[in-house]
Amino acid sequence: MKYWRTPYDLDKIEVPKGKVHIIKDRCKGCGFCVEFCPRDVLEMSEEFNSKGYHPPRVKNPENCVNCGLCEMICPEFAIWSTAKGEKEGKGGQQVPRGNKG
Amino acid sequence: MTVLKAVKSRVKHPMDNLLRMDRIPHIWCPGCGIGIAVSAFAAALDKAKIDLDKVAIVSGIGCTGRVAGYVKIDSFHTTHGRAIAFATGIKLGNPEIKVVVFSGDGDLISIGGNHFIHAARRNMDMLVICVNNFIYAMTGGQVAPTTPLKAYATTSPFGCVEPPFNIPYIADSSGAVYVARWTALHVRRLTNSLVEALNKRGFSVVEVISPCAMYYSRINRLGDGLDMMKFYHDNAEIKHGEDTKNLDIGFQTKIIVGKFVDRERPSYLESYNRWLSEMKDGTP
Ligand SMILES: Cc1ncc(C[n+]2csc(CCOP(=O)(O)OP(=O)(O)O)c2C)c(N)n1
Ligand code: SF4
Ligand code: SF4
Repeated sequence: MKYWRTPYDLDKIEVPKGKVHIIKDRCKGCGFCVEFCPRDVLEMSEEFNSKGYHPPRVKNPENCVNCGLCEMICPEFAIWSTAKGEKEGKGGQQVPRGNKG
Repeated sequence: MTVLKAVKSRVKHPMDNLLRMDRIPHIWCPGCGIGIAVSAFAAALDKAKIDLDKVAIVSGIGCTGRVAGYVKIDSFHTTHGRAIAFATGIKLGNPEIKVVVFSGDGDLISIGGNHFIHAARRNMDMLVICVNNFIYAMTGGQVAPTTPLKAYATTSPFGCVEPPFNIPYIADSSGAVYVARWTALHVRRLTNSLVEALNKRGFSVVEVISPCAMYYSRINRLGDGLDMMKFYHDNAEIKHGEDTKNLDIGFQTKIIVGKFVDRERPSYLESYNRWLSEMKDGTP
């Protein structure tokens, strides 16, 4: 089942490009990121992480638009996206950078 | 290699700055929504540009009560039901601090129900984030005052016969100045609500309907956390400004979400300070 609609002005807007990062060993395999990614970037993998869960893996890397939804919806702080070309850890749109610590 | 070692990866998630990484992985089950509420809160702190040295977070007891232990700001894990009382003390002792209570429906509305209504009545300056999973999760899935009619719990083997509390309605009728409800699926809207509520003076309440994949959904045969999230997707309806009387939640019925109350009323500290200065002037 498709969970998000396609924007009506999709052809007019310049679509940003993103890259997904996954800390596999933090994942508990809930599947939220895979299910709710609006661009179908992810899929669950067959591999086991060190906790015995199946982490997601990037299926369609070129589809990522750095919307940051996976980062927001992951209960385990295990996945996030960055704008393509940016340094890792710089983060997507909603990323808290924290002014302490 | 132990699990813990592997999990302490050197790669940093952008949220790691706001979390006590030495305690991650957290205790929440796969498919639990509490972690999402924490993400939204962390994002809201950032968006609201709040100085992290000026925020305190207070939790009671329960699965949600563990939040205080995972965020890297001044945090207090208090006794069951007493988070609001404790938070009131912090606010009155140091009014500069932005006080946030982050706890479960059982903690805040059951054993802590009296503190909740009176803090709302006083319009005490704090934000209350109430994660509502319809059950006492940490202790094994007992009936909570939010368990929908007919839902099963370990203490309602034939279905719950007690009508549940409607949290936004209690908050509204007791005097809260900001009341919103979202589900764990509505991460962005939840984050925006938290930003608004953080900027508000007085008693603000944001309810987060969240999957308990371990008890509520298993006992009621609703599938796992992902199935609950899909249910929210198909059954949550956004109705900003809806009369809070109409926000009851039944067993697997439609869930109305949105911002319901956003009003101005002198907060406790404003009223108190005005009263103090009037006393000094001798013109009460
Ligand atoms: C004074 C006291 N009474 C009872 C308990 C047992 N107890 C611990 S957590 C809890 C309920 C928590 O439910 P909720 O606030 O909904 O949090 P959840 O675990 O669902 O997130 C209870 C009754 C306690 N710790 N202290
Ligand atoms: S949302 Fe997080 S925990 Fe769930 S499958 Fe994706 S990476 Fe794993
Ligand atoms: S018991 Fe329920 S509320 Fe508690 S961590 Fe597990 S899924 Fe979450």
